[in-house]
Amino acid sequence: MKPSRVDLIALLLVLATGLSWWLGEGAALTQGHLGQAATLAVLALAVIKGALIALDYMELRHAPALWRRAVLGWLTVVIALVLLASLLPRS
Amino acid sequence: MSPLRRCASSPGGGRSLWPGEAGSTAALGGARASEACPLTGSTAPSLSLDEPRLAGDGMVWLLVLAELLAFGLLFVSFAMARWREPVVFAQGQAGLDLSTGALNTVLLVAASWAAVRAVAAFQRNRSVAGARWLLVALGGALGFLVVKGHEFASKLGAGFDWATDSFTVLYTLLTGFHFLHVVVGAVIFAVLWWNARSGVYGPDNHMAPASGAVFWHMVDLLWMVLFPLVYVIR
Repeated sequence: MKPSRVDLIALLLVLATGLSWWLGEGAALTQGHLGQAATLAVLALAVIKGALIALDYMELRHAPALWRRAVLGWLTVVIALVLLASLLPRS
Repeated sequence: MSPLRRCASSPGGGRSLWPGEAGSTAALGGARASEACPLTGSTAPSLSLDEPRLAGDGMVWLLVLAELLAFGLLFVSFAMARWREPVVFAQGQAGLDLSTGALNTVLLVAASWAAVRAVAAFQRNRSVAGARWLLVALGGALGFLVVKGHEFASKLGAGFDWATDSFTVLYTLLTGFHFLHVVVGAVIFAVLWWNARSGVYGPDNHMAPASGAVFWHMVDLLWMVLFPLVYVIR
């Protein structure tokens, strides 16, 4: 059976999770801290995963634009604030 | 699109014109909810699949919105508190196992995928396959609960204090609330599977599984932020 878009997205989500795991498990750790580039990469992966779930699994791609914007906007704002707090020099 | 099709009052199946009745939809969604029917002169909600439509019941989406906002607040609090108290968080996060977090992500994704397949099966009138996919989704949810329960249990065994500093408080709130949502999701999948076995869901009646799936995808979506925030970024 030919894999559908839904199957490919599930595969992508698992691969992205594996990549995040690999980065966090040691590949990008220095003295127990995740580097800036890796932090950016991990959060970018989170945005991609979240957007795929929202657009394709929650079917927001075919929903009224306001709902689509609300959920994607939520994702963007939350990740942006997390990024800000993670990259600011720690006090 | 033929005028006849536009006037046909076919049930929406698993999609809703939300919010509420035709007419009010335009205000929130911009959907052309009601259009005059040239044949009868009456206005009928147009339910063609081309129209923008929310999957599942509209009430689930209100819940989704409320949950996203509540969790969003906790996510940002966690990130800000870590910025203010890096030592406390470094210590706390050192006690977290990234691998079980990743495994749980895979279990959530698998359940989401199975839920999508279940709804698609009901749409194609394949209720046996749909019930089977719901069982897979239930398995994913239960797997998550086992793995996460193990994490909580080992923390208890190690004498973890659930509310001593800002890390423990936020960790407990975030992962605890999320855990409870997975419990609810598992119950929903169990009930849907139970009903599906007697063949109640089909092309014209899959609002319940479609709504349950949306709830589960939200639980999945929340974890996609929670996992990097709490387990990966240190």
